[in-house]
Order: sequence, then structure tokens, then C-alpha cells
Amino acid sequence: MAEASKIPVTVLTGYLGAGKTTLLNRILSENHGKKYAVIVNEFGEIGIDNDLIIGADEEVFEMNNGCVCCTVRGDLVRIMEGLMKRKGRFDAIIVETTGLADPAPVAQTFFVDEDVQKNARLDAVVTVADAKWLADRLKDAPEAKNQIAFADVIVLNKTDLVSKPELAEVEARIRGINPYAKLHRTERCKVALADVLERGAFDLDRILDIEPDFLEVDDHHHDHHHHHGHDHDHGHGLKHYHDEDMQSLSLKTDKPLDPTKFMPWLQNLVATEGQKILRSKGILAFTGDDDRYVFQGVHMMLEGDHQRKWKDDEPRQSRLVFIGRELPEQAIRDGFESCITT
Amino acid sequence: MSNFEPGGGQASIVSVTDRVRPVALGAPVSSAYFLGDRVAFVGAEENVFLVDAQGEISNVAVSGGGILCAVSDGKRILMGGDDGKLVALDAKGEKTELAVDPKRRWIDNVALHPDGAYAWSVGKTAFVRSGKNEEKSFEVPSTVGGLAFAPKGLRLAIAHYNGVTLWFPNMAANGEFLEWAGSHLGVTFSPDNKFLVTTMHEPALHGWRLADNRHMRMSGYPGRVRSMSWSAGGKSLATSGADMVIMWPFASKDGPMGKEPAMLAPLQARVAVVACHPRQDILACGYSDGTILMVRLEDGAEILVRRNGTAPVTALAWNAKGTLLAFADEEGDAGLLPL
Repeated sequence: MAEASKIPVTVLTGYLGAGKTTLLNRILSENHGKKYAVIVNEFGEIGIDNDLIIGADEEVFEMNNGCVCCTVRGDLVRIMEGLMKRKGRFDAIIVETTGLADPAPVAQTFFVDEDVQKNARLDAVVTVADAKWLADRLKDAPEAKNQIAFADVIVLNKTDLVSKPELAEVEARIRGINPYAKLHRTERCKVALADVLERGAFDLDRILDIEPDFLEVDDHHHDHHHHHGHDHDHGHGLKHYHDEDMQSLSLKTDKPLDPTKFMPWLQNLVATEGQKILRSKGILAFTGDDDRYVFQGVHMMLEGDHQRKWKDDEPRQSRLVFIGRELPEQAIRDGFESCITT
Repeated sequence: MSNFEPGGGQASIVSVTDRVRPVALGAPVSSAYFLGDRVAFVGAEENVFLVDAQGEISNVAVSGGGILCAVSDGKRILMGGDDGKLVALDAKGEKTELAVDPKRRWIDNVALHPDGAYAWSVGKTAFVRSGKNEEKSFEVPSTVGGLAFAPKGLRLAIAHYNGVTLWFPNMAANGEFLEWAGSHLGVTFSPDNKFLVTTMHEPALHGWRLADNRHMRMSGYPGRVRSMSWSAGGKSLATSGADMVIMWPFASKDGPMGKEPAMLAPLQARVAVVACHPRQDILACGYSDGTILMVRLEDGAEILVRRNGTAPVTALAWNAKGTLLAFADEEGDAGLLPL
């Protein structure tokens, strides 16, 4: 499959001081036998000359397609083009963003640009979060919240600086925004690099695998999420937060979907509600189709493809998740229901 | 040139594939230029392959990294690399280092003026060195996407986000800003100095009539335009980006305003490179499926130079007289066609 030959790109985000540079230095200095091309926003912080390090300017521009959230990183397009001339010199690419960056334009660059898309695939958005200060930042810094919402992997760093209850509290806050990301608790970003790099965010099976992990914190199973805007106790002594403005929504069905209904519905949904939908992902089973169809999206942009044949022992189940602000939950649920083949 | 007779009107396409002299370079090529009687195939990484008329290849290492940009005036090639160096290569195969970025930042763009002045850019800064070896720089609001010298006078077009800045390096005044929202990449002046055209990040061109800065939108491409070439005398601009060559008319004072472009040589593949013949109304075009055609502009008659089924074509070049066509592809298969 062509997807596999594309160079994996890891986007590294995190609010100021969370420990991004520490993680980056670890990635670069550890003996892993891989070569990385690293696109950094500030030159000079990293002192390794073994790998390809490229300075970037985080230049975001709006696409001329009438869609205000279609922003891309122009500098990244240019850098990727240059890097592609040196294919074979590196195995993977890491893009570091500034602490105040919105991850959307970076992620969208890998959806919208034909040439970038041809050569590279977004592997995962990795967000480094500060266990001590994240809860505060979620209140006052929208960037920090976006970074959590966008993450496929969250490295919850500086856990040694907080007490156990404080840690549980910040994890619950994270889960209130993004229950689907893989979360690692670390001190000084000590995380197995295999848990951070080349995760294959496209392997969306993780979405389900991750839910049990979520339950460790929540310990309360419910198929849908409430949006009460308050936190409440589930009688297990563990708090379950619902973030005031950021929610996630998961949908599931064991019945096949009608592609002639589903595709227009999804496209229309992201076209009309795309500003609210930060991320969307799904594995789909279509009527009369022996292949799994996978997609992921950022705001209004979607990318999907037939991934592989359904295995014989695998339930043909369709799963979708949306993470966003003020998601019209009932409308999404109803719309999804109407795409089920009857 | 006497034996170049396109066979217009025939049912089957005329082929000259048997007259091509194949050249196996074995490394990806990003562009090609004639330097005297030799062809220089610029590799994507580090090397330039100089090939003489007999097909003899000599390999010159010009860069310590990837070659990001190249331009030629037929006497020398200027190349910028990801090692932060701007180098020149002459017809003898001799390399000269023209500039080094102190921080080793990428040299993204380069342009050559007919009088020997040259320009390059690093990030947001454009540099010009005149024939007298005087260096000047100019900073634009965002990273430079492309550079082009006007055919007359020392004036440099600097493409960036949301427009193009026209800068006269010998004048104290600030540059003139031509605004148009979006990211502007390639830039070219019409040979008569009347129009400026940019390729944009989205699949479109934008143009300005320089007399009154009137806008010209040239859109409808399925893919980004990466190759532009002015036809002999600058009557029209050939472009890649579609599954046929799109030729915008520039012969009248209004340029392409209110006019339809000519569409030539449609195939089931994307046009990747275009190169107009220097003297006659003929162009060569290379496609994403490896096909190369020569097309007569007048009636669209086609001649097959290379068949499909090979790597995407990345480079096409005519020699100054238009008696030799050189081509190369992404995998380093190249060829020379004498006409």
C-alpha cells in the first residue's frame, strides 16, 4: 500500500515550558538507529548535528478557497519540498511547533497540499503537557486546550512535581477534552520513543483500544458523553470532567453503512460544522465492501482510503469519533443513524 | 531545423523516439540547461551531470546537500542548496562559490539578470549582487516564494505571501507591492516587460498588467502549476498543472484578460514540465507518466519524443538555436533529441 511508503511525520506540540525540547533532545540523542529530519521553530536550542535540522518560521496562510479555517503552513510546504530531494537521508520527520501554535494549520498542511500528501503522511500529533500547570493553562490558554484536543499521543510530563490526587485531577481534565489520545505519564519526558514515534495514527484500531485506558481514570462506562458543563462524581471517588466548551463524541454501529449516504453526509457535516470539529477519525464498514475504509479529518478537511480487507474473525463494526467545540451531538447522531443500510 | 516537419493532420502520431539518444544518469534530475554545446542535468542532490553531444557524462559535485533551486543564462548555472551555499557552474565544469549564508540556512530561490547580476533568497530576505559585485538586500514580510528579474533595468520581482514586491536595488525607495491574497511561489515577467505572472500555492496563476496593476486570474487547473515557459517572442505563456498544456495569450495589450487559453496535447496524465522552443512556435511538454511530446502551437499537431510508462518527466531544455532537446526524469533516465 502506498501509505506505507510515505515518510511518517510526527507533529510535536505543547504549551510553553511543558518539555517539548527535552523530548526532542531525547529523540535525537537516543540510540535508535533512525535518522530524523527535524523542523524546529527556534534554531540553536538543539545541539545535535547528526540529524537534519531545519529552521522554520511558522508562516500560516489562508487558502483561497473561501473557507476561513483552511489554513496551512506555507513554510512547511516549502521545507517538505526541499526535504523530498534528500529522500533516503532520513527515515522520518518531526515538526516542532511553538508553544502558542494552533496545531490545525500544521495538520492541515498534510491534508491539503498535493505534493506533501504524495510523499508524507501525518503519523501522529504528540502533545507534551505539564502536569503541574496544564489545568491552569486549560482555563486561560485556548492554545493549550487545542493542543490537547488535537493530540493522538499525550506525554503528561513533570509528574514528579505533583501529588497523586493532583495527577488524577489533571488526567481527568485531559480526558474531559480528549478521551481518545494515548496518555503517558513521564518525568523529564522519559517515555519509550516507540510510544511516541511512528504510531501510525491511521491505525485507528487504537481508538477502541484506548477507551479502556480512559476507564482507568473514569471507571464508569457510558457509551455517550454528557455535556453538562460541570464535573460530577461517579461514586468511585474519581472525578469525571466535562470540559465547558470542548467535547468528544463517539459513534458506533455493527450494521453496515451505505456509502452513497454516508460520504455525502460526512462531507456536508464537515463543510457546515467544520469550524467546530477539530478532529474526526473513523473506521468504516460499507455495504458490499470487503475493505475497511479509514478516514481522518482536521476541521473541514478529510482524507480517507480503503485500508485493507476485513479479517474473518473481526467484527465489521464502524466507529467514528469527533472532537470539537459545541458539537451538535444529536444532529450528528441522527445523521449517522440515517446512513445505516436498512 | 530543416528536418523538423510536424506531421499535422495524420491519424497516428508521428514519432521520433528512435532518434533520441538515451543518457542514463542514474540519479534523480530536477532541471536541465544547455551550457554551450553541453547539457547540464542538475541533480536533486549534490551533483550536476554534464553531458556532451556524444553522450559522454562527467559528474560535478556542486553542493554539500540538496540542490533547492537553479537558474541559467546559457553561460553558467547558479544553484542554491540546503547547505546554505550559492554556487555557479560554468560550461567548462568549473565551480565558483558565490555566497554562503552565515547560519547555513537554505537558499530557496535564485535568479539571473541578462547583464550578469544575480539574486537569491534566504527566508524572508532577497539579496542582489550586481555586475559590479555590489551586494544589497531587501526583506519582505514573509518567506520568499520566487524571484525574477525584469527583462529591462535592474528590477527584481519577489514573490511572497499575499503578493509580489517589485524592488529596484539601485533606488533608495521601498519596493512596490502588488497585492493578491494567497501564497505566491514562482514568478515571471513577460519578455516585453508588460506583465508579471505568479504561480500560486493553490492551482492557479495570478497576473498583473504592470502599466496599471490590473489583476488577471488564471485558474481552473486540477493541480499546482510548477512549470511556465514563454513562447518565442513572448506571445503566450505555456503552463503545466493540467492534463494538457494550457497556453495563455499575451500578444495583445490586455494579455489573457477576458480570453480563453489554448489547450494543447491532452493526455491521460498531468503535464509536469513545459519548454517552449526558443525560436519557433513549438513547445516540448513532459508528463507525469513519462510521455514527452513536441507540439506545434498553431494547430496542436503532436510528435512523440518519449513513450509513457516511465518515471515522471522533471526536466526539459532546448539549446539556444533550438536544434537539440534535452530531457530527464525523476529516476535519472535522460535523453537528447537532435532535430
